[in-house]
Amino acid sequence: MVETQIIKISIRDFSIHFDDITALKGLNLDIYRNEIFTIIGPANSGKSSLLQSLNRLNDLTPSYKKTGTILIDDQDIDSVDVESLRTRVSIVFALPFPLPLSIFDNIAYGPRMHGIKNKSKLIEIVEKGLREAYLWDEVKDRLDIPAMNLSGGQQQRLCIARILAVEPEIIMFDEPTSGLDPISTARVEETLRILKEHYTIILVTNNVAQAARVGDRTAFLLMGEMVELNETKRIFTMAQDKRTDDYLTGKFG
Amino acid sequence: MNVQVKQKIAFSILFFCTLLVIIPVLVILVIIFAKGISAINISFLTEMPTNGMTAGGIFPAILGTLYLVLGAILFAVPLGVLSAIYLVEYSRENILSRIVKLAIVNLAGVPSVVYGLFGLGIFVLFLGFGASILSGSLTLGIMILPVIITASREALESVPKSFRIVSLSLGASKWQTIRHSVLPHALPGILTGTILGLGRAAGETAPILFTVAAFYLPKLPTSLFDQTMALPYHLYVISTQVPGIPENIRYGTALVLLLLVLLLNLAAIILRYQFRKRKKW
Amino acid sequence: MDMRARIRKIKEFIIERMIFLSAILSIIIVALIFAFLLKEGLSIFWRVPLSDFLFARNWYPISDPPQFGILPLILGSILVTAGAGIISIPIGIASALFIAEIAPRKTKEVMKAGIELLAAIPSVVIGFIGMITLGPLIKTMFNLSTGLTALSGSITLAFMAMPTIVSIAEDAITAVPRQYREAAIAMGATKWQTTWRIVAYAARPGMLAAVMLGIGRVIGETMAVMMVTGNAALIPHSFLQPVRTLTATIAAEMGETVQGGEHYAALFAIGIVLFIITFLINGAADIYLNKTKK
Repeated sequence: MVETQIIKISIRDFSIHFDDITALKGLNLDIYRNEIFTIIGPANSGKSSLLQSLNRLNDLTPSYKKTGTILIDDQDIDSVDVESLRTRVSIVFALPFPLPLSIFDNIAYGPRMHGIKNKSKLIEIVEKGLREAYLWDEVKDRLDIPAMNLSGGQQQRLCIARILAVEPEIIMFDEPTSGLDPISTARVEETLRILKEHYTIILVTNNVAQAARVGDRTAFLLMGEMVELNETKRIFTMAQDKRTDDYLTGKFG
Repeated sequence: MNVQVKQKIAFSILFFCTLLVIIPVLVILVIIFAKGISAINISFLTEMPTNGMTAGGIFPAILGTLYLVLGAILFAVPLGVLSAIYLVEYSRENILSRIVKLAIVNLAGVPSVVYGLFGLGIFVLFLGFGASILSGSLTLGIMILPVIITASREALESVPKSFRIVSLSLGASKWQTIRHSVLPHALPGILTGTILGLGRAAGETAPILFTVAAFYLPKLPTSLFDQTMALPYHLYVISTQVPGIPENIRYGTALVLLLLVLLLNLAAIILRYQFRKRKKW
Repeated sequence: MDMRARIRKIKEFIIERMIFLSAILSIIIVALIFAFLLKEGLSIFWRVPLSDFLFARNWYPISDPPQFGILPLILGSILVTAGAGIISIPIGIASALFIAEIAPRKTKEVMKAGIELLAAIPSVVIGFIGMITLGPLIKTMFNLSTGLTALSGSITLAFMAMPTIVSIAEDAITAVPRQYREAAIAMGATKWQTTWRIVAYAARPGMLAAVMLGIGRVIGETMAVMMVTGNAALIPHSFLQPVRTLTATIAAEMGETVQGGEHYAALFAIGIVLFIITFLINGAADIYLNKTKK
């Protein structure tokens, strides 16, 4: 591991409530730049809620309340313009959500919203995004077909390309391969490894084997609390907390 | 009587009742068509009435209806769509949104003659527009506002939430999301609602009684502040107040109005069906 | 934030203000309608106390001195509405049940379209047909001096209420969760028993709302009523008499009034009465409709 890691995201005493339900209790952790930070845990542990707080998507939910702070590059995310925050912190969901547009228009959507109108610039951005998501070769001749015609795995890579087109700094993956076949899953995991060179990756997964394969550090969340956080190798070989051990060995899930 | 027989009887009664509701549409169509078709020809539709309405064409009434309906749509569609956008995209579950929804429900239920009184009070008199196309259009526009709002709301609500989430998570603003990821997909439903509103506005008499309608105008309207003839009012007067009008002209007028309204509604129904089939998601 | 983004933000702020204002507009319009009705109509109550207005038995607005009791008009409206209700409610509910539960899918679509078209027919056209066909029919059937009666009005208006009742009731019936039907069938009930005892029972609030909205439509109907009920502003004693409704009175007499005069104000006052009645009915129906959505 690199000795001096730069902290990208700093989460301090962060709690999430939806009306009376507490989704996250007093979370404290740092995420470093250019690492793949994995979050594992059973359902309803607060993993997805955490992600959606990082890009303030939770603000859309009327019952959402939070306490504590999240700093990105030492800036409180509440003090930043939410639209530029969401450009810097993007998210890939479990199910691919292509917009009902062509492949090209899907990828160009983000840049267009940010004011880029020049056709050749857009073409450049679209190609770059598709290449980085390892989808370019498969679709380069048919950028005008509806994105919904692609297979599940291709659609998921399309969603990744769509995000890359807005040049984020942090990419969050919320169980991105849960709906995919093993080959597509392997492709996505390979993409993650390559992406971490330029981006900070947060990966939420129910699949502990995936976390073991891909994560640099892993945090285990259980019912809203972080039970343990360590380098992935260490968590999987010598977990400190019994609950972590039980989860990893499948005693509950 | 055993259960199966009871069921057969019950179902037959229900079927019969349904027929009772639907058959009149056909009966009305047939009667009006049969008795009115003889009056319909190009000159009937394009010429001015002559001889105290007992002969000639009904062009001014057709034109007047078109003006009024166009004005109503120009007023009601932008306001209605924006209101619907508020209700679906911006409002939260609070007192204000409940009052807005209650207001819309009530507007939908106000009797058409009360709209006529309102139009008289505010547009003709208070604002001084007089009995005019302007007053009539505005009154009709307010009357069809609930129709447009309801149809637009449904159209907006049927757009999948995921479109909004994707757009927002790519850093688009709320309005950009509405404008580019929601509204385009709601347009078919909004269009359908607009056509239904058109049909409704074209057929209403009471709101235009006091606000614009005239029976015998020697020349066509040239400005917003002119009065005009209109099909529904024309039909009313020639069937109740003017003796000596040939039967087929009465039926012919009814036929023109009926066809106009039914064709608009049929178009809306077909459009709605087509859009549902072709939805890309 | 660069210039372009700043301009965009200002544009969006303005647009969002307009959206908010448009929504408020509905509330403003309702308030304005009530306000203008009051403005033009309130003055009649300096001349005629409210209880006289509502309950006095004589509506002779152009006699000397004029009398402004709207009881005959209220009774006329009630009679015609009740008659329309008696006809349209059972038939409407029955059709709604048929279309929602029994009709095969293709037929269902056609029938629903047919009902929508019936709803779309302008009231003046329905009045025209009613006047020409029903009037003479009732005249000969009952041997009357005129066929334009409350009965004719009721029948004609029933056809205007039925589409509203059918479509809203049909929505409510379709909204009954599938589990109810499946549970009943699993217990051995026939389709009819399921439909009548379980589904219709569960859809009661929505069906009630449908009826209320249909009745609301009938009360507010003007043109068809004017053409078919005979327009005699006398207290009715039977269905076979001509009557006058609140709505028809306004439409028929407004042309004869002097702006600002008593008759004029009295007509606006009738408008106030109508507005309040339909406000209450629609409000109640909305409450019931929200009950079904829960």
